[in-house]
Amino acid sequence: MVEAAAPPPGDLLFHLAIGSRFENVEIVQIVLNDALERLGVEADTRHWIDLAVREAVANAIKHGNRGDPDKRVEVCMCRDGEEVVVRIEDEGTGFDPRDVVDPLAPENLLRPDGRGIFYIEKFMDGVEWGVRPGGGTVVTLRKRVAEAAPGAAGPAGAGEPPRTDPGTEERTR
Amino acid sequence: MKIDSRQREGVTILEPKGKVTIGVGDVALRNAVHEAVAGGSKKILIDLSGVTTIDSSGIGELVAAFTTVTNRGGKLKLLHLPPKVQDIMQVTQLITVFEVFDDEDEALASF
Repeated sequence: MVEAAAPPPGDLLFHLAIGSRFENVEIVQIVLNDALERLGVEADTRHWIDLAVREAVANAIKHGNRGDPDKRVEVCMCRDGEEVVVRIEDEGTGFDPRDVVDPLAPENLLRPDGRGIFYIEKFMDGVEWGVRPGGGTVVTLRKRVAEAAPGAAGPAGAGEPPRTDPGTEERTR
Repeated sequence: MKIDSRQREGVTILEPKGKVTIGVGDVALRNAVHEAVAGGSKKILIDLSGVTTIDSSGIGELVAAFTTVTNRGGKLKLLHLPPKVQDIMQVTQLITVFEVFDDEDEALASF
């Protein structure tokens, strides 16, 4: 039995445990979007959070748990002040984010894989990688959110696009 | 995820609709491109206007399709990128790899 990490700070909005199947990514997406909508997070920001969480959950299934459906991926989300915090945990053997390649390097540009972590770090405001007690990877994603304007028909508030400054620290998996 | 395929002026136009994401649309896109290539098509245009979500797996399939077609002496181009798909391709500098069009006639004339 793998010991779960301590709950994230703030008000818990949901906690899911899914088997390692890609179709379960859709379940996470539905629950995540519902929680973000209830918080009043505007549509553009919801989209980028959703994409980052998709990538993290897919990584946990594929690279962490190696697709073993008996191994679980846990996803929880909370509100911490002006941020939403999403934590994804797997039961794998862990990984070092420094080992992943730079997808912007010319020699990697046409690789079909290796962009997941890059997108996660691009679309979120903060990403922390850690080791789960008992083994596995824990990734904690943070995003500052603005509430949609009351009665707004579409996206409102801080509908920020992904940052376009790749910087030097992005890595992918 | 559904992919329509049609021919116009010697070009195979693929129209994926919905999510092109891991375990959902990525394999379908791969199969559609392979089917077109196996059928002898060397000119492929992917119309992405119906794509609602794409992730790194979907982007990876577009890159793999580009490489597959190019290695066989063909050309693969993109049409009608939704803004969020464009953003995703922009941040990974893939917008410099693909020829992208907003107008179908113009895209067809470019082959």
